[in-house]
Amino acid sequence: MSKSSHTEEQGRSGQGGFRGPGPSQVVPKVKAANASETVKRLWGYLKVERRSLLIVVLLVIVSSAFNLMGPYFIGKSVDSLGIGPGETNFTTLSTFIICLIAVYACGAFTSWLQTYLMAGVSQRTVTNIRKEVFDKVQTLPLRFFDTRPRGDIMSRLTNDVENINTSLSQSTIQIVTSIITVTGAVGMMLLLSPMLTLFTLLIVPLGFYVTKQIAGRTRKLFAAQQKELGTLNGFMEEGISGQRVVKAFGREEKMLEEFQEKNQRLKKVGTQAQIISGFIPPLMNAINNISFAFVAAAGGYMAVQGIITIGIISAFLNYSKQFSRPLNELANQFNLLQAAIAGAERVFEVLDEEPEFADQKITRPLTKVEGNVVFEDVSFGYKPDVPILKEINLTAKPGEMIALVGPTGSGKTTIVNLLMRFYDVNNGKVTIDGQDIRELNKDDLRSSIGMVLQDTYLFQGTIKENIRYGRLEATDEEVEEAAKLANAHTFIKKLTKGYDTELMEDASNLSQGQRQLVTIARAILADPAILILDEATSSIDTRTEMLIQKGLRTLMEGRTSFVIAHRLSTIQEADQILVIKQGEIIERGSHEDLMNQKGFYYDLNHVQITAQDKLTSLSTMVQSIPQG
Amino acid sequence: MGLLLKNLKPYKMTAIAAVLLMLVEVMMDLLQPTLMAHIVDYGIANGDVPYILQTGVLMIGVALLGIIGGCGCIYFASITSQGFGADTREQLFSKIQSFSFDRLDQFKTSSLITRLTNDITQVQNIVLMMLRMMTRFPLLFLGGIIMAISLNAKMALVLLVTIPVLAVALFFIMRKGFPLFGKVQKRLDQVNSASRENLAGVRVVKAFVRSTFEKTRFNTQNEQLMEVSIKAAQIMALLMPLMMLVMNLSIVAVLWFGGIQVNTGTMQVGEVIAFTNYLTQILFALMMASMMLMMVSRAKVSADRITEVLQTDTSVKDIGTTGLQSTEGLLQYKNVSFHYPESTESSLKNISFTAKPGETVAILGATGSGKTTMMNLVPRFYDVTEGSILLNGTDIRELKLAELRSQIGIVLQEAVLFSGTITDNIRWGYQEATEEEVLAAAKAAQADEFIKKLSDGYDTVIGQRGVNLSGGQKQRLSLARALVRKPAILIMDDSTSAVDLATESAIQQALKEQMEKTTTLLVAQRIHSVMGADQIIVLDNGQIVDIGNHLELIGRCDVYQEIYRSQMREEAI
Repeated sequence: MSKSSHTEEQGRSGQGGFRGPGPSQVVPKVKAANASETVKRLWGYLKVERRSLLIVVLLVIVSSAFNLMGPYFIGKSVDSLGIGPGETNFTTLSTFIICLIAVYACGAFTSWLQTYLMAGVSQRTVTNIRKEVFDKVQTLPLRFFDTRPRGDIMSRLTNDVENINTSLSQSTIQIVTSIITVTGAVGMMLLLSPMLTLFTLLIVPLGFYVTKQIAGRTRKLFAAQQKELGTLNGFMEEGISGQRVVKAFGREEKMLEEFQEKNQRLKKVGTQAQIISGFIPPLMNAINNISFAFVAAAGGYMAVQGIITIGIISAFLNYSKQFSRPLNELANQFNLLQAAIAGAERVFEVLDEEPEFADQKITRPLTKVEGNVVFEDVSFGYKPDVPILKEINLTAKPGEMIALVGPTGSGKTTIVNLLMRFYDVNNGKVTIDGQDIRELNKDDLRSSIGMVLQDTYLFQGTIKENIRYGRLEATDEEVEEAAKLANAHTFIKKLTKGYDTELMEDASNLSQGQRQLVTIARAILADPAILILDEATSSIDTRTEMLIQKGLRTLMEGRTSFVIAHRLSTIQEADQILVIKQGEIIERGSHEDLMNQKGFYYDLNHVQITAQDKLTSLSTMVQSIPQG
Repeated sequence: MGLLLKNLKPYKMTAIAAVLLMLVEVMMDLLQPTLMAHIVDYGIANGDVPYILQTGVLMIGVALLGIIGGCGCIYFASITSQGFGADTREQLFSKIQSFSFDRLDQFKTSSLITRLTNDITQVQNIVLMMLRMMTRFPLLFLGGIIMAISLNAKMALVLLVTIPVLAVALFFIMRKGFPLFGKVQKRLDQVNSASRENLAGVRVVKAFVRSTFEKTRFNTQNEQLMEVSIKAAQIMALLMPLMMLVMNLSIVAVLWFGGIQVNTGTMQVGEVIAFTNYLTQILFALMMASMMLMMVSRAKVSADRITEVLQTDTSVKDIGTTGLQSTEGLLQYKNVSFHYPESTESSLKNISFTAKPGETVAILGATGSGKTTMMNLVPRFYDVTEGSILLNGTDIRELKLAELRSQIGIVLQEAVLFSGTITDNIRWGYQEATEEEVLAAAKAAQADEFIKKLSDGYDTVIGQRGVNLSGGQKQRLSLARALVRKPAILIMDDSTSAVDLATESAIQQALKEQMEKTTTLLVAQRIHSVMGADQIIVLDNGQIVDIGNHLELIGRCDVYQEIYRSQMREEAI
């Protein structure tokens, strides 16, 4: 915090940080849309830390003041030295030296204390914000996640919050310190010698001019560099994630060619950006040196004239440094702060999202569910003018199995999404046991419906914990029982740690089939009245599927179930099959009914039938086919 | 790190120029306090105004010379570091292009991308810093000591106390701080992965009404992160004030001993002022140098990660010299066994079969039975461990890799497309394909219909964030991409799983008609996709259980019957 002989080092040390290539001397400017609003809101989070913050601000002022006193006492000490031998005044010298020691010790202590306190303030605040965002995200409707890339939400939760943290803990202190130091230094200089102050400040506009010129130029270059970098990164990402295809098609040479071209372009603009922005530190250094020369020469002249003492020159040399460094720092920190505010804005955007069913005031609890599900004239579209489902009518009696069949994108998943109230119908209504689901408590509603999806979502934790996710208060015995019913018990037992096996990220230490079995066990444990199976077995081979089917059959017993599947084997046993095409139910009935209708369903199956045409006739000859 | 430093060789001259120019800047900086001392001790003491002004002008001149040094240094340092970065990036990318699949498995896609982007940037920055700051601070440090000693050797003894004190303080703070930083990073990763998981499973969280549970879980991790972050920040809070205190106290010492020396006439006032200046320069340089160490240790991690990739060699050696004799697709597996390098268990055991040109060979088996592995051996994504695979009678290892792969059209399980138009993507399979050929391929893959419906038809740009294609559409496009090659061997690795049944049979029909000379290897899960095949290989646990056509198998193969029954049910028979 105190003076330093060579001022630009601080600025230079900022380079090579985390902010991508190129010196951070010129931080790419990120504009906040409504800075003052955002700052006000940030302040809302800091309010709880009011007391600590007040102390920090006081400490900043005190430590800056101490640091400003340093050069003054150095000057006084120098004057006590006298000009020639025997002229040293040891009484005053020792007084000033004691003062110096005290000033420096207090300065060090206060600046340590402020950073120490601020570490807590900023971390607590940021932890709070992070928690609030996460909690908020839990309440958001599925629509929010469907319309936004996951990476974008992630970066709000991580990078943007991290930015707030850095700027809180560093930039704010730096900015306040800089402002106090600059004004303080100018004040002290004016107090010591207004004339010499003028000489010192003479060079300041030059510094501003140079930085501004360079900054303007580099901003453009950095933007260009960022663009090239983005292109190259995008290309590399695609090339590496598609590497297997690249190899399969022998495209390595071509990839390399394209890479080289992009790489060279980045190098060219990157070098330019780095050179121009890199000029700032040596130029600032030179400007400081020139200012040093000004003070020495002008001060020397004035000392000869008897206007000032040598001690004042020495104090000035130090002040001029305290003065120019914060100025450089200020611009930099201000840009960082801008970036943080822009980040905070993105965070607040999430916090301002409408939560799920915010408008719902009164909800009825749902206690005992029979499993009577009715869709009445249900229409739905993500956008009102683009209908996804049109006039859907269906009735599922308790314990019935309803199969939804149709081409990809026909709206099968949307139907179950409406039942879960992941989305709300535009027209018509969905009822469970005669009650409109919009009037029900949504937690009750969802708790009474179990879901097994194609994407098996398991989290890092043990297998036991993952199954227990279905019912948090279940005992170990119940977990095991559920796993047995799901046919998962056998494979789990074979794992070295059994139920206590830790799942890795994305459960990559289990096979797809095993993961699915765990999710089925989880659904069994949840014991829902209504069940949704959305392509639960589509990415599994048929033999594994047979295992899973057994588990699923156990699961479906006595529950109203909605099954979306490609495979006939799964569908055929359904009580009702609904054939959906372009958002409409075009056929409904049992397998036999639909086959007799010779409609779309028949066509879908016909594929299998024709493939077997020759075989069916032939297979009659093959008498040895065992019956299942 | 050593391996990477080799990449600096082409830039030897610019690197040396950068260092020399930095030396100029440092020397100019070091001259300033001495000149200033002259102003005080000769100019002011003698009341010599012209001398003062002359020296002032001289100081400005010195400062301007410093600009040449400083800007020159950054000029050459930038050229060096950017060139080095680009070269290393290219070297790394090209290395990855040469990797066999087991190497890709070993490193994982995301990690390779980080190495190509972040790690290279880290290393590139450190080169820039080495050329500028890491020469600047040691030079300032040494130069400052030399100037201080030449100014007043006795006074320079102060340094003997302060430098060790500073070094010890630095050492202790960093030794406490570094491990904490590691912990912060780990906890941060945990928080990030918790949120990633939550976002990925948002449907499940909602379906099970587990948001409270998720919140608690996240909160625990969030608070753990906070605790360790605060601890780390609080320890690092010591650093700057402590450094400054040591520095300032040594100035105080100089002033005191300066007083004694000035009084006895062995030193002049200007020299005392100059000495304090040198002192701060020296200590500051020491401090910055230690900061540099921190950055170097960070960059070292990156450098190691890059070197690790560069030192890994592909396991599939392209040393074959035989050119292709024919473009037929006679493919033979002879006693092929294979195991992945990291596993001891064989994934394939003793596989033998022959696929004649124009035949369709289907492979059926449970997940993990080795179907995909079997397919991956044909284009030599992996090399067989034992036995051999022959194409038209030649061991594929003796063929030139590029020629071998040019004969193969492969449709992988996962449909990976590249940014560009639809036409670009199909043409990806065969660069010289005409419009007609692209169209024909798309038609055969049953993709033409949906492509035409897109707003720009074949010119529709698909990209990472481009048009949303469904899984089935992507699969059909990647099939068209393989078909446009008119390959001798077509490999379809469960590549129509997301396509509905009607479309799938249309595809098979089209393939039969248009690719009658092509040998097709087909991995499938649905039995009806394999029933029409000339040969069906039933695979279990890496071994062939049986080979035959549908009729033969249904008569004699238990595993096949089991699968058949599970999908067809009795009434279909």
